Amino acid sequence: MTTTNYDPRILKAPHPVPGAPDNWKRFFSFNTDAKVIGIQYIATSLFFLLVGGLLAMIVRGELITPPADLVDPSVYNGLYTMHGTVMLFLFLFPILNGFNNLLIPTMIGAPDMAFPKLNAAAFWLVPLFAVVLMGSFFAPGGPASSGWWSYPPMSLQNPLNHFINGQFLWILAVALSGISSIMGAVNFVTTIIRMRAPGMCFFKMPIFVWTAWAAQTIQLVGLPALTGGAVMLLFDLSFGTSFFRPEGGGDPVLFQHFFWFYSHPAVYVLVLPVFGIFSELFPVYARKPLFGYRFVAIASFGITFLSLIVWVHHMFYSGTPMWMRNLFMATTMLIAVPTGVKVFAWLGTLWKGNLRLSTPMLFCLGGLFNFIFAGITGVMLATVPIDVHVGNTYFVVAHFHYVIFNTIGFGVFAGIYHWFPKFTGRMYYEGLGKVHFALTFIGATLNWLPLHWAGLLGMPRRVASYDPEFAIWNVIASIGAFMLGVASIPFILNMVSSWARGPQAPPNPWRAIGLEWLLPSPPPAENFEDDIPTVISEPYGYGLGHPLVEDEEFYVRRSQEA
Amino acid sequence: MTSTAPKKGPNIGSIVVISIAIAINLAIAKLMATWSYSWFPPQASSAAAYVDDLFALETGIGSFIFFGCTGVMGWVLLFNRAGKYDESDGAPIEGNTRLEIIWTVIPLLLVFAIAFTSMKVNDSLNALGPKQKYAIGADTSALLSADPLAQVGPIQVIARQWSWEFRYPDGVRSSELHLPIDQRVNLQLQSEDVIHSFYVPAFRLKQDIVPGSLISYSLTPTREGRFRLRDAMFSGAYMSLNQSNVIVESEQAYSDWLKRSAKQALQPGLDPGRVLYDRRIARGDKGWATVPPAPAPMVNDPGDPSIPHDA
Repeated sequence: MTTTNYDPRILKAPHPVPGAPDNWKRFFSFNTDAKVIGIQYIATSLFFLLVGGLLAMIVRGELITPPADLVDPSVYNGLYTMHGTVMLFLFLFPILNGFNNLLIPTMIGAPDMAFPKLNAAAFWLVPLFAVVLMGSFFAPGGPASSGWWSYPPMSLQNPLNHFINGQFLWILAVALSGISSIMGAVNFVTTIIRMRAPGMCFFKMPIFVWTAWAAQTIQLVGLPALTGGAVMLLFDLSFGTSFFRPEGGGDPVLFQHFFWFYSHPAVYVLVLPVFGIFSELFPVYARKPLFGYRFVAIASFGITFLSLIVWVHHMFYSGTPMWMRNLFMATTMLIAVPTGVKVFAWLGTLWKGNLRLSTPMLFCLGGLFNFIFAGITGVMLATVPIDVHVGNTYFVVAHFHYVIFNTIGFGVFAGIYHWFPKFTGRMYYEGLGKVHFALTFIGATLNWLPLHWAGLLGMPRRVASYDPEFAIWNVIASIGAFMLGVASIPFILNMVSSWARGPQAPPNPWRAIGLEWLLPSPPPAENFEDDIPTVISEPYGYGLGHPLVEDEEFYVRRSQEA
Repeated sequence: MTSTAPKKGPNIGSIVVISIAIAINLAIAKLMATWSYSWFPPQASSAAAYVDDLFALETGIGSFIFFGCTGVMGWVLLFNRAGKYDESDGAPIEGNTRLEIIWTVIPLLLVFAIAFTSMKVNDSLNALGPKQKYAIGADTSALLSADPLAQVGPIQVIARQWSWEFRYPDGVRSSELHLPIDQRVNLQLQSEDVIHSFYVPAFRLKQDIVPGSLISYSLTPTREGRFRLRDAMFSGAYMSLNQSNVIVESEQAYSDWLKRSAKQALQPGLDPGRVLYDRRIARGDKGWATVPPAPAPMVNDPGDPSIPHDA
């Protein structure tokens, strides 16, 4: 690794990999700079958001009328299976890893990740498994079509009897995704524990770093279970074993345990960093310290711990004995406590604030609004008798999307707008951002709110056709879905045109407090390089008037002169 | 750490405002809880009222929390917005340990209260109709006495890709499930291929049918009518069509139906996915691969899907 004297104007800073390009081509290279990798992750996942969204719009197109008339039911099943898989494994996990890459080193004052090459390798697995997953569209018999849960014995049915089939490629892609995520998790946790700036004890870390740490800990504990389950499923599918095949003495419910042991906590892997984004942004745009910083930080690990002992709530009516249902009902409901702590802390942060409603703040407020709603339906779903009625209906689909899009998606957009000037060096257009927010909020509400009622009335999920009594809710939902499709237009326009020719961004356009805002926009290759500041205060000191780091004026001046 | 030090003496103005806000919120929560009963299909089993009451309770509590929190958000949006050129900071309040402990303990108690109530409901529901899963290969004679309180049955329920078949103790087979009102019935659920789920929304009951297991399942229908039975677990290409009806009728009508059906010869029963599959084959088997549907079950009474269902 070469070191040079610090010159913040050098965006063409030396790269640890010799020969790596220093212009836009670096985003297409095996680059080990965490910020380049972060943008690689985010750009890749936004592309797959469009792919997943397109699949969703076909699904909603099918459901706009009761009969199965737009596509054949077998095609429909493949479409929604791939929609779920793409959105989770190619949009949400990668985009949050993108945020981790951009924010963890810059927020803790590290020059890069602990293992830069592992980091780049973890990213390049994403396009690799994307190709494998997308390739399943061309497999004989079409892509995987047993839902993103892939419950056996359905996922083991292979009507054409080809060795290479959609399900096979699906399992392969999921396993590769798991490997990539574990590589990332090792890197993020090591970086957070070992590479913090001088003076930054754990209780001086920004909440985003806390939540990323809590989330990546779940990855380390949970992912091996899913990967193990996937390997067994692959053996059952392709090599004639009977881990899950009832006719060979296997137990299909065993797979559900493997699957949900990871896949329920996975939602916290996604939502925790978004809680981190909320916790970063509310103080900036309310001009107030984060209310109860330490409580919020500790609550993250409360969620991590509880998330690992709730998975059986996905199996309340699969023959689980009552004592186990009661136990997992209680643990699931307990999650409401640490998440409630966070929600109340954000409300406390907003209270008596001086609110500035720019696009990131709008997405945060919208996300929080939706999350409160999702939390309440979540407690309902944890209640065994209610879950027995609404489980596997559209009520669950509605709740899930309120979490996964209306909260996590909103948080992701908030984060993109907020840190866009920092990492691209350009300002985005506020007007387009607000149009994007308005369309997204209305579209998302139209899309998922009515489906709660469809579910309460008993409309099962994953159906290509339905009884006419559910039609009205589905028509509204489909209109909402198409509106979300339209919402992507101002977003894409904004991102592309702002990055190409938006106004130059100052180092700290939001007057935010945090190490990343003491860097020039965009930050140079190794962030603070040798001049790492010494942290002396807790974060979020809005209105308190004390500096975050020693000799703060020096860093502010240097970032402005860059 | 600074804290919101309370002013000397009670602030009458804010106490009044907060009391009014809480009263309005309680009234809305009560309305929502009452309204929530109308979001369900009619109550047609002894279990339904328990589920709806529990849901109404949670809707009430949830509405109170939702409107409370979003009310705070609305308040700050109305009254705490910065002006266009206002660069000042908000009140630098970092936290308030007492408040934070309160809002940790109250949800904790609330959650325990809800969990405890739900556990009691679970016990009641279990007494109304126990549900027990047995691995196949266990002593089946034990299964037959699984629910000694059942007045009807056991009725065998066989789920396939993609049809339902019901076999009555006297040998009658049908594609629709006929049940006498107000009698506890014992069903024995089994699947011949993949996981299906026995779901009757009007009964508020659902049970996954896991292949390799036999599930003894008891329930008591309490309302006459024709209710939709749906396969709620994704079971392949034509899962969405795998629906049938549960006909709850008087004791007399039920025994008449049994006698009438026993005289009918076996014939192919309901097989709703078949039409779409045949159309697919006629078009040259286009589309992504699917498992061919199992042959239609041979039954005495194939039912009549053209009669509209009540719920």
